[in-house]
Formats: sequence, structure tokens, C-alpha cells
Amino acid sequence: MEDAVDLFSQQQSNRVRSRLLIAGFIAFFAWLGFGGDWILWQATLGAGEGAYRHAFPWFGIALTTVASIATIVAWRRGPERVLWSANAYEVVDPVNDDERRLVNVVEEMAIASGVPKPRVWIVPDEDPNAFATGRDLNTAHVAVTAGLLTQLDRDELQSVVAHEMGHVKNLDVRLMTLLAALVGAVTLAGDFMARMLRGGSRVRGMSLGGGRRSGGKKGGNPLLIVVLVLWVLSWLLAPLISRLLALGVSRKREYLADAMSAQFTRNPGALARALHKIEHAADPTRSMKKGSAHLCIADPLGRSLTNKEGMFAELFGTHPPMAIRVAKLKAMAYNQDGGSGMGDVG
Amino acid sequence: MFIALLVLTILIVVWGVGAYNSLISLKNQVANAWKQIDVQLKRRHDLVPNLIAAVKGAMNFERETLEAVISARNQAVKVGSGGDVSQIAAVEGQLTGALHRLLAVVEAYPDLKATGNVGQLQEELTSTENKIAFARQLYNDVATQYNTKQRQVPTVFVANMAGATPAPLWELTDDAERAVPKVEL
Repeated sequence: MEDAVDLFSQQQSNRVRSRLLIAGFIAFFAWLGFGGDWILWQATLGAGEGAYRHAFPWFGIALTTVASIATIVAWRRGPERVLWSANAYEVVDPVNDDERRLVNVVEEMAIASGVPKPRVWIVPDEDPNAFATGRDLNTAHVAVTAGLLTQLDRDELQSVVAHEMGHVKNLDVRLMTLLAALVGAVTLAGDFMARMLRGGSRVRGMSLGGGRRSGGKKGGNPLLIVVLVLWVLSWLLAPLISRLLALGVSRKREYLADAMSAQFTRNPGALARALHKIEHAADPTRSMKKGSAHLCIADPLGRSLTNKEGMFAELFGTHPPMAIRVAKLKAMAYNQDGGSGMGDVG
Repeated sequence: MFIALLVLTILIVVWGVGAYNSLISLKNQVANAWKQIDVQLKRRHDLVPNLIAAVKGAMNFERETLEAVISARNQAVKVGSGGDVSQIAAVEGQLTGALHRLLAVVEAYPDLKATGNVGQLQEELTSTENKIAFARQLYNDVATQYNTKQRQVPTVFVANMAGATPAPLWELTDDAERAVPKVEL
């Protein structure tokens, strides 16, 4: 049962990558903080007796603490933040037939996948889409847009929910939610620093000047300049790098989730039809912010990059081309039918 | 030479522990999936009287169909508390058949479907049947995984120690369940 092997290795990969992401995030902010400290220390080494000498790395400690707190908050509150940013509301007691059907379908897929029932949310958006978020099997959320509920029939809705349960089961949700939350934090920090730098160029000039005055003795000037440049670049590029990281989450996850959906429902044709409908819906899903695009079943921003192949698309696309996903599912359905090709696939 | 033997032994033991644990884990998953089927069957038992009460008014002229469902349900509850697997499978199959006939009858009366209660009845029945089907599917999937793993080399060598016995798959025992229910109009 090759799916079991893929599932297990995918879970492991996600666990490892989540840890690496957290470690890398804290390390990056430590570099920003202690790097700044080192630069300031170098710059004020030769300063006069009464002047400020930067001896204690308070900047590094502060930033590392902030990053650690941001990570803890992202871990604990990441899923809720994603749901909040999408304007989702939770379905606790279904009030109409559509909600009743959704809750039933989620319960059915929880049974079929062997995963505890996740909390169910609806995003008030007319464009059909769905996403899952959470950090482990016991704290998972599945959200669908109102448009999905009205435009898909019961089997198609079931297959989409099964796809999301697949993401929950192989812990994609952990990595992807962490990414979404941390990208938001880095963007905030980057914006803040960019504003500081624009207003604080006088400060920079002074420290460089200070270094030059005592330069001959220290001999650390070229290094100082290099480190300073790298450091400033890090601040400016941090938001861009983090967004690239979010984009680079492997597109292959979607293929695996599609396969898991087919395994849970035993109905790959339904997912093919659902994806077809979702793809051909007119508008992008405006409720999903850029940082959360990779969480959805279909690219909510409707980017043309999604439909391309090749290395650039592999690196920067969040979802694989829809045509290939549908083709793979139809192939599964064809095999299931015993090769008669008479199944009712889109 | 002695060191090499020691390292080899440690490696074998480490592997053995891992294989043993994975067999135990699968065995428990199989037991859990079996319980899940039970849970869904019991849920259906509890659901049927409420659903019948909800549509009795609208479907007075279909009393036979309704009564067949009620008696099949009572039979299933009686057997479920003490019977063996094949008996349980038989009576649950009959209840499934009776419910399918009820659904088929509802399909034949489009006016009926317009009333809110009946629409909900269809949804709840569909969902209940789906849940039982998926519970059985999960059980079969996990049982197959377990059976395969305990027979594969090299895990087969620790299978005896782990007390691994092949788990029976849930098969359709009742021919009536395989048959498509006929609608008598």
C-alpha cells in the first residue's frame, strides 16, 4: 500500500520542516539582533571616554526574545489567525440544510480518514474554495467558502473535504499554518525597520564616522562595512524572503492530498469534477490574503504562474496546474472502472 | 570481532523493537476501527425512531414501508447486544435494506420531498449509511495493512511475539444487501 509509505514519510518531512522553520526563524532574528549589536560595538569601540560604548548585546537579546514569543504565538494561535483573516465563522449548530450537509460530510470524512473530527468553518465568499489549518490531528480546522456549498453537489463536496482531511492527516497544515503566521510577523517587522532606516540615516552616518576615526588601529573597518551592508540587506529583504518561502512550499503536497481524497472517498471522479468547477469559477477568492494562499485547495489569487511547468513555476507556484491534477484523478477513475472509461467523469 | 557482533546484535534488537511496536500500533488501530463500526451502527439504531416519527404524518399511506423499517431496527437492537459477528451483519444488512426501500419510496413521490422534514430525513439517512460504509472501509483498510505487515519479511519474525493474528475483513454476508432493492409502486 504505497500510500501508507508516502503518508508516513510526508508526516515525518512536515514535522522536521516545521522544526527547521521555527529554528531558522529564531536564528534569523538572532542574526539581525546580535549582528546589529556587533556592528554597534565595533562602531563605538574607539569612542571617547564619556561617550556611549555598546558593550551589552541588549538588541540581540531583545530581538531573539521577540522572535521566540512570535513563534510561540504562531504555534498556539496560528490557526485562529488564519481563520480570522479570512473572516470565517464557525458552524457549531447547523442552522440550514447546507450547513447540516457540510457537518455531516465532515463527520463522514473524519471516519473515513481515521482522524478526529475537525472544527468546521464557513468563509462568506461566493467563490468556491476550501482550506484546512491547524497544528496536529486534535486541533484541526476545515473551512469552505459559501460558494463551495452552493455550487458543488454532495459527492463533490465530500471529495473536497476529503482532500482537506488529507492535508490534516499528513500534517501539511502544521507547516503551512506556521508559514502563514510567521510570514505575517516578518512582514510587520520588515515594514517597521524600513521606516526606521529611512528616518535614521543620520545615525548610520555617525557610527560609520566613528569607525573611521579610530579605523587605523582596529583594522576591522572593511569587515564592519560588509557586515553592516549584509545586515541592512537582511532587514530589507526579510519580507521578500519570507514570502518566497511561503510560495516555495512544495506543490507536490497537492497531488498527495488529491490521492488521499481518492483513497478516502473511493471516488476520484468526484474530486476531478469538483476541481473542474472550482477552476472555472469566475472570480478569485478575495477573502484569502496572500500569505494564506498555499493553504487552499485551489489558488485563490488566480495567478497564471499556477498553470505553468518548469523550475521557476516549481519554486514560486503554490499549486500545481489544475489540468494535471484533473488528469491524474481521471486516470485513477479510469483504472477503478476496470478500464472501461464509462465512468461519469467530467 | 566481538565489537562487530555486539553492534550487530544491538542493531537487530533496535529493529525488532521498532517492528514489534508498529505491529502493536496497527493491532490497536484495527480494534479501534472495529469499535467505530459498532458506534455507527448503534447511532443508526438511535436515529431510526426519531426519523420515523418525523415523517409519519407525511407518509401515512406507506405504513408497510415504515413498519418494515421499525421492525428491522428492533431486530437489529436485539441481536446487537449479544449476537456474533455474522448474525449482527445479517440483521444490520436487513435494516439497511429496509432503509433503502424507504428512501426509494420517498424518491417516487416528488411532492413529499418538498416538505422540509422529508428533505432532512433523506440527508440524515444518506449520511448514516455513508458513515457506516466509511467505518467499514476504514476497518478493512487498516485490517489489510495489519495483515500484510505481519506476513511480510522481516516483520514476520516478530509477529508471533507480538501476538499478531490476521484480522477478518468485513464482507457482505447478506445476499439481500447485495441485491438492489426493488421499488413496488
